[in-house]
Amino acid sequence: MTRLGMMLRKNVMSLLEVKDLQVRVEEREILHGLSLTVNPGEVHAIMGPNGSGKSTLSHVIAGKPGYEVTGGQVLFKGEDLLAMAPNERAAKGVFLAFQYPVEIPGVTTWNFLHAALNAQRKARGEDEMSSPAFLKKVREVAKSLSIPQDMLKRGVNVGFSGGEKKRNEILQMALFEPAVCILDEMDSGLDIDALRIAADGVNALRSPERAMVVITHYQRLLNYIVPDVVHVMSKGRVVKSGGKELALELEESGYAQFEDAA
Amino acid sequence: MPAVQETVERVRRIDVDQYRYGFETLIESDKAPKGLSEDTVRFISAKKNEPAWMLEWRLEAFRRWLTMTEPSWARVHYPKIDYQDLYYYSAPKPKKTVNSLDEIDPDILKTYEKLGIPLREVEVLEGVVRPEGERRIAVDAVFDSVSVATTFQKELKAAGVIFMPISEAIREHPELVKKYLGTVVPTTDNYFATLNSAVFSDGSFVYVPPGVRCPMELSTYFRINERNTGQFERTLIIADKGSYVSYLEGCTAPQRDENQLHAAVVELVTHDDAEIKYSTVQNWYPGNSEGKGGIYNFVTKRGDCRGRNSKISWTQVETGSAITWKYPSCILRGDNSSGEFYSIAISNGYQQVDSGTKMIHLGKNTSSRIISKGIAAGKSQNTYRGLVSAHRKATGARNYTACDSLLIGDQCGAHTVPYVEAKNSSATFEHEATTSKISEDVLFYCVQRGLSQEEAVGLVVNGFVKDVLQQLPMEFAVEAQKLISISLEGSVG
Repeated sequence: MTRLGMMLRKNVMSLLEVKDLQVRVEEREILHGLSLTVNPGEVHAIMGPNGSGKSTLSHVIAGKPGYEVTGGQVLFKGEDLLAMAPNERAAKGVFLAFQYPVEIPGVTTWNFLHAALNAQRKARGEDEMSSPAFLKKVREVAKSLSIPQDMLKRGVNVGFSGGEKKRNEILQMALFEPAVCILDEMDSGLDIDALRIAADGVNALRSPERAMVVITHYQRLLNYIVPDVVHVMSKGRVVKSGGKELALELEESGYAQFEDAA
Repeated sequence: MPAVQETVERVRRIDVDQYRYGFETLIESDKAPKGLSEDTVRFISAKKNEPAWMLEWRLEAFRRWLTMTEPSWARVHYPKIDYQDLYYYSAPKPKKTVNSLDEIDPDILKTYEKLGIPLREVEVLEGVVRPEGERRIAVDAVFDSVSVATTFQKELKAAGVIFMPISEAIREHPELVKKYLGTVVPTTDNYFATLNSAVFSDGSFVYVPPGVRCPMELSTYFRINERNTGQFERTLIIADKGSYVSYLEGCTAPQRDENQLHAAVVELVTHDDAEIKYSTVQNWYPGNSEGKGGIYNFVTKRGDCRGRNSKISWTQVETGSAITWKYPSCILRGDNSSGEFYSIAISNGYQQVDSGTKMIHLGKNTSSRIISKGIAAGKSQNTYRGLVSAHRKATGARNYTACDSLLIGDQCGAHTVPYVEAKNSSATFEHEATTSKISEDVLFYCVQRGLSQEEAVGLVVNGFVKDVLQQLPMEFAVEAQKLISISLEGSVG
């Protein structure tokens, strides 16, 4: 069996398993039976045209309100993810890097990160981290990602450039050490230099235990974050899966060829 | 522990719909007969052993009040108050004459302990080092209509500061009371202030002599205990030339199904180069989740910057009361004087808030600053109403106003009603206003990072009010922050 075949094989205890997922938003079905299996250490890219359901998938996995799951299931380490509250999912190790991170005026970044980290630790039955210990840790993490310290003192994403906002997402990813990271259109609004910096951050966090799901519209991002598997989505389904070369093929021929397949 | 974490902790431990100060102290009380007449006024004055001039002053106010009508311009709605169905005076029955704290009814002491108010002066032993950041605060505790204890009197006296119940000041310092009482808020001022002038029973009096920086924070803690009783306290603070005082005020009341009236008057006077910093954390019972019960808080607070270079700063955190009608104001009479108003007004459930400030610029080169943060949740209505005016002679008047409103949920309302009048062309007035909502996106972002919905709201709100919280003395800021989270408990579906 090829490496790719191994990856696509149904694994009893994969990290994240989406089975025949059907999702509606206000009476309109967006996902019509989507399946996806992600194992530890893998980086999956999900590509597809606007409206194919990529962001819906990421929102449903993270637990954003407003989506109605009408069929199928999502398992995380074998557990029913959809039965958990969004903050429980976060504590279990599901992280969503937002396409448009929000601004929270008056709340310093480090204060926000400290509150969030402790909420997660508490949910897992771990001791809370004291302010000095946290400060030390967050400084180390920021340093390892070449993120300037003064960003930690500013209000969460307030006045941040597009690149800074994305780096703040990566900082959080590094700090919370999640098992699965979903990166929703990380490349949107970034110039090529900012994109490279952000991608370097993501690559630094790749590990044999951690899986990443990279959602993107363009192949460009995948030059920097090289995926193990590429899925093409169209009209609420995965219509084709393959290796990284599939992304290049798409760049050549566009999404049109898959429209009929869906 | 970072402040946010503290808030989060607090929210977690508290049950929804739980007003922590809602208990009642069962105690015998001495009350005036129900209802309001000249006899009631005479009864109160007699209870306080007041001199004849004071009784006359009250009666004049009462006669005036009879000719007035209740104001209706505020954006608040409530059933008509029957002023004859209230008690205007209620005092805990003393077991014997009280000479020191040890002789105060232990039930009352316990009440204040439960409220977290230190009435016992902690003895400081020689050589014992006080933990850093801990400051002593002198407290005047007002229980229904009377002051039950004032701490640190001796030490304040040594500094020349007079801090005592106003009923005592009327007897002991009549020259000062006569000179200042009613000069900032005249007896004819408005319906509720006039009512207060007729029937006020107690409150605090502060006089800081020239050049003295008051050695500690002064604080009054108001508690309404008795059923069907109005509380009409009167506070008068005078900062003489070059002096400084910081004054804190806290308020709570038991949880009751009927509404209770609180109509206070606070007057501040600053002479040349003097400064008064007045902070309030108001947490009267707001009523239950169906809007039943709660305090009607109809208060007149005004400061007069009478001297040159004098300054008055109001900071308020309003979380309680069923209805709030309150506009702490500054009259900037002295040249170069300045006024500040920092406010956080939170409404939840069925609360109605109509609050703001008035900055009246009369002197030359006067400046004022208004930072108002209104937060509306539940089915509440939250209105900022403010006036900034520059008199004809107020050359160089400057004002900066920022009114921000935050809405939580879609059944509440936030309103901003600014009045601006400049009769002098050299005045510079700036006004900024924003209204925002805690959006689903912000909440989702926070919960995706592991915070619960309530932790997320606490976090966002604390961020929103940060500029104002920073103005409070530290102990109060911590208390206020906790209060804010508690007040918003259950505001997210």
